[in-house]
Amino acid sequence: MPLASPLRRTALNSVHRALGARMVDFGGWDMPVQYSGILAEHMAVRQSVGVFDVSHMGEIEIRGREAARLADYVTTNSVAKLRIGQAHYSGLLYEHGGFVDDILVHKVSDADFFLCVNASNQEKDFEHIRAHNRFDATVELTSDRYTQLAIQGPEARATLQKLTAVELSAIKYYWFADAQVCGVPARIAHTGYTGEDGFEIYIPPAESERVWARIFEAGAEFGIQPCGLGARNTLRLEAAMALYGHEIDASISPFEAGLGWIVKLDKGEFAGREALLKQREKGVTRKLTGFEMRSRPIARDGYEVQVHGAAAGWVTSGSPAPALNKNIGLCYLPVGLARPGVAIQVVVRGQPADAMTVETPFYKRAR
Amino acid sequence: MYPENFRYSKEHEWVLVEGGIGTIGITDHAQQELGDIVYVDLPKPGTRVEQGRSLGSVESVKAVSDVFAPVSGEVTAINPALADAPEKLNADPHGDAWLVKIRLSAPGELEDLMTAADYESFIGAEK
Repeated sequence: MPLASPLRRTALNSVHRALGARMVDFGGWDMPVQYSGILAEHMAVRQSVGVFDVSHMGEIEIRGREAARLADYVTTNSVAKLRIGQAHYSGLLYEHGGFVDDILVHKVSDADFFLCVNASNQEKDFEHIRAHNRFDATVELTSDRYTQLAIQGPEARATLQKLTAVELSAIKYYWFADAQVCGVPARIAHTGYTGEDGFEIYIPPAESERVWARIFEAGAEFGIQPCGLGARNTLRLEAAMALYGHEIDASISPFEAGLGWIVKLDKGEFAGREALLKQREKGVTRKLTGFEMRSRPIARDGYEVQVHGAAAGWVTSGSPAPALNKNIGLCYLPVGLARPGVAIQVVVRGQPADAMTVETPFYKRAR
Repeated sequence: MYPENFRYSKEHEWVLVEGGIGTIGITDHAQQELGDIVYVDLPKPGTRVEQGRSLGSVESVKAVSDVFAPVSGEVTAINPALADAPEKLNADPHGDAWLVKIRLSAPGELEDLMTAADYESFIGAEK
């Protein structure tokens, strides 16, 4: 009988436990889902600053003379257009056009690309990239070398600025700098998954506890809060950002998921391009659409969506939106219905509940 | 923490029986496990419920959880305060935030439930 493998832990596991976090098994990782409560943590990020330990996320590094060619071949966005110090959101696709994963690609140098990938997909991504490596490039799965912390919210910059000499306001959105945080070598990226301004830093795991403590000292004046995966999910949903396994998976293409903007069909050959070209010609049959509930129940992942009493699609993510005071969700609908202002019903425990499709993102920060 | 005059189910509901009517709620342990409660779905008065079967649901930000009837009977009242203030379940689960009242049809079922002391060791062992 195969024994269940033990849960994997980030370097901050004992810190989360000491803070009284509720821990859950998240794709094989022992992760904090909440500390004080999802609502309070969500609002801390919207109004001030919160910190997430997202060290379960994977890192894959592609290096070598033809690193850019390999990175361009396995991803949908145009790696050739990235400048050194710039990052972008991208997709790893199967030949049939479905997602292996959604990822961030950082260009460290002409021969060095740093990929941040989803925790539960990292081994699969690594094998996928390796299988396509017919270039003069090396692929390494380096997740164990990094603690990743997301410092997010309107006061994230002021918090982090106290701990680094780099002028953070000079790092544009989706750019990064290799510098130091609290004297520790750190990759500081102006990225995030909350719909709020903020940074994601990559540091050596051995320094995690010290850096974590210093961030909380620096953010004390702003009421900084530790935030768990629960708030991470409600925040990304308000911002209508995709979550692998929900909005996207191996059966979903970027066009269906509203992610056509990360697909550069004219950049040359890449994995999945043929399938996407056909799809663009024929058009897709379903599209991801936002909705808000117009009745009391809350839509949840997997619930059926009906239009005029007939099954029309399914909810990919559904939740209360703490900053908006409504219940929202994303769903797949036939392309003819995938526009704002369509009355739909979400089947909640056998009962159709009224909802209305709306524009996304649900939440947009004031800039 | 856990009132002596309540009886408790393994699914973390409590019942307080007074004059053949059972007041039912979820335990403090349950509300802690659920986190911020944002919606409560309860049956209409007059509904017959059966011990161990779902009588409604409680939703936190994160997920929806069934509430199981700790005893069988007919719903005589639902707590009107919870529709607009489900967060009361986090604040006072053993008091103001009761869920439903049930006229017991099989009072013998109370024997199946735990005392406060038994429930406390039950949740202690669960951790």
